[in-house]
Amino acid sequence: MTQAITVSGLHKSFGRTHALDGLDLDVATGEVHGFLGPNGSGKSTTIRVLLGLLRADSGAAQVLGRDSWTDAVEVHRRIAYVPGDVTLWRNLSGGEVIDLYGRLRGGLDRRRRDELVERFELDPTKKGRTYSKGNRQKVALVAAFASDVDLLILDEPTSGLDPLMEEVFQRCVAEERDRGRTVLLSSHILSEVEELCDRVSIIRRGRTVESGSLADLRHLTRTSVTAELAGPPDGLARLPGVHDLDVQGRRVRLQVDTDKLNEVLRSLSRTGVRSLTSTPPTLEELFLRHYQDEAGSEADDRTAEVTR
Amino acid sequence: MTATASPAPAARTGRSRHLAGTGTLLRFALRRDRVMIPVWVAVNALMVLSMPNTIKGLYATPAERADLMRQMATNASLRAMVGPVFGDSLGALTAWRVGVYAGALAAVMSLLVVVRHTRDEEESGRQELVSSGMVGRRAPLTAALLAAAVANAALALLITAGLAGQGAPGALAFGLGVAGVGMVFATMAAIVAQLTESARLARGLTSAVLGAAFVLRAAGDSATDGGTAQAFSTGGGSSVLTWVSPLGWLENLRAFAGERWWVLLLFAAAAVVQAGVAYELAGRRDIGMSFLPTRPGPARGHIGTAGALAWRLQRGSVLGWSVGFFVAGVVYGGMADGAAQLVGDNAKAREIFQRMGGQAGLTDAFLAAMVGMLGLVAALHVVSSVLRLSGEESSGRAEPVLAGAVGRLRWAAGHLLLAFGGSVLIMLLAGLGLAVGHGKQVGPVLGACLVQVAGVWVVGGVAVLLHGVLPRGAVAAWGVAGAVLLIGWIGPALDVPQLVLDLSPFGHLPKLPGGRMEWGPVGVLSALAVLLVAGGLAGLRRRDIGG
Repeated sequence: MTQAITVSGLHKSFGRTHALDGLDLDVATGEVHGFLGPNGSGKSTTIRVLLGLLRADSGAAQVLGRDSWTDAVEVHRRIAYVPGDVTLWRNLSGGEVIDLYGRLRGGLDRRRRDELVERFELDPTKKGRTYSKGNRQKVALVAAFASDVDLLILDEPTSGLDPLMEEVFQRCVAEERDRGRTVLLSSHILSEVEELCDRVSIIRRGRTVESGSLADLRHLTRTSVTAELAGPPDGLARLPGVHDLDVQGRRVRLQVDTDKLNEVLRSLSRTGVRSLTSTPPTLEELFLRHYQDEAGSEADDRTAEVTR
Repeated sequence: MTATASPAPAARTGRSRHLAGTGTLLRFALRRDRVMIPVWVAVNALMVLSMPNTIKGLYATPAERADLMRQMATNASLRAMVGPVFGDSLGALTAWRVGVYAGALAAVMSLLVVVRHTRDEEESGRQELVSSGMVGRRAPLTAALLAAAVANAALALLITAGLAGQGAPGALAFGLGVAGVGMVFATMAAIVAQLTESARLARGLTSAVLGAAFVLRAAGDSATDGGTAQAFSTGGGSSVLTWVSPLGWLENLRAFAGERWWVLLLFAAAAVVQAGVAYELAGRRDIGMSFLPTRPGPARGHIGTAGALAWRLQRGSVLGWSVGFFVAGVVYGGMADGAAQLVGDNAKAREIFQRMGGQAGLTDAFLAAMVGMLGLVAALHVVSSVLRLSGEESSGRAEPVLAGAVGRLRWAAGHLLLAFGGSVLIMLLAGLGLAVGHGKQVGPVLGACLVQVAGVWVVGGVAVLLHGVLPRGAVAAWGVAGAVLLIGWIGPALDVPQLVLDLSPFGHLPKLPGGRMEWGPVGVLSALAVLLVAGGLAGLRRRDIGG
């Protein structure tokens, strides 16, 4: 499989802030790739480097096999971009903007455009200022999905969309994948990412901290187990990889490193199991772990600063 | 009913609540305008306060000044430009010479302030957030009008204090009159801001009203002694037309020449009535809405390139500038012969006109001075047009366009073509207007106007360079245009050192028509403009977009 996006060791500073600090990102052709990170972690900066709007201080960024800075225009012919906050020209109608964006890329599929306008319930005759936030997003989304391109770069594209439109959006992304297009989806809506993405990259402070399929990532983290036993549990606390053990009579709740799950189950069944639920970590938990790590290390930074 | 303390009657609470938060909003507005308002006030006051000395330098003795006054009485075209003279004191001549311009500047300042804090806020959506707080329904408009009132009061104070030496009553009348014009246009802008959904349109429409006021006054003044108009004149030789225009009221106030204090009531009445209308309209509409509805646009678009987009965004302003320059050309062309007659009698004024305009032929000198002035104003056009790039970028609208298959140079080229080509177009139209108004010398006048383009382009080039290299400081291009304008406008009248005059590209251009064409400076300035643009574009190619 070829790579649609290859980024390695990307650095970018704005004055004294290091927005990107050696970021890596690989997106394979044909996949929907989730791009996650807390606010200010560098997602939008990365995307704007990929679009050749920002020039990286160091590191390489290739999009569709070309350098994102030097070959920007050729690359842009084959990509569609939706920003998180779409601003429109006050005196141009939504339809005019959709067609403009389409023509500025590889071109627009007329039939698909009209169909999408219908599906997103967008009135294309309204003028820029009169659109609500959600409707401005729709203008950019219709233009992106109707464009004849190979790669879609979506930066928090569904901000302001209602749940019905969110569903239309998800179906559109699925259709794009079925047509063999590649999607880079930066999002805060984790259910959306879980639903749509083949692989995800989680970044923090301008650096990639996790990357892989959801299954891979889950494997690296803890599964939570709740069990009702036949008798009092025995020796669970001594097992490796067990965390947050909570025993209330015969009820047991615990977290276990997923690769140590087997030993825990063996120990439980020795006592006798009446009921058992085991939940793999949700993306939310994966994500929160990184959030919390960040909060923790930020607290450390603060302490360090105080003691210094 | 018991005798215990009850809350204030509901009706009173309700009404006072309409103004809740006005004080906070006013302080906030003044804080946001802490640079803009002082600059406008200072420039306007400086222009007024420097005038007595200038006039003293030109017409040193009372006899000379009486002579000027007599001359003016017989010269309709010059009266149209600056208004009639009512007295030969330094104060009266100051009020005559700068009154219309001081009033117009106060009007522009006021309309900018009011639109900025009303329609601009609603259009950007910021007002919604503000109004969701403890802010009464009438508070935003009130705060905007009060901000304009503060600015105009400061201006009135400066003018009164600065001119008090020429006679305190006259100074007070003149200061209040200028501020009065400002408040009439502040409240006018408040009405227009209720009508349109776009702040840009609100500013444009109010400016058009100001332009109409200027034309009405000019027509009224030139008609004053012209036969039939005399029949309509309402005492003291002022045509009825000057009573229709707030700028005419400022003249009819007759500061330093037997003040007619009651004229100030006109300003007050107009401001109160217009403010009332604005409040009434504001009370009848929802936030963000307007009385002139936005019409729906086409469902399909034909704009397919960055260049076409630039044209679509700028065509309105190109049209406006074209019409304005042509009309200004016709008006100034029509005045040329009369103006030359007047200036011909005063040695010092002739010298100044010649310094502005070059050679001895006074009609030519007048035309050259007007051509030069239009060139200076065209520099404002080129800056506003070039800075569209900056506006597109900072608003985030440039980003999706540049994320298309559009190179940065191509994106910039559309707007720059309109900026630089547009300045050729409007100068040509100004030349055509001058030729039409003057009725002769079509070729030389057109050529003279085209020569100015070299200077305009240098200023435009500076704007391109700033946008390309220092995007955050791109607005400094306005400062450059303003400085060039000041040097060209006031420089020749004051004895400014040559070193300063040389800073402006326009100072190096040959004075045409009448002077000798010199290709050297024109070529050098054009080359400099090309270099500046190239430098700016090179910077644009290398730097980060947005942010």
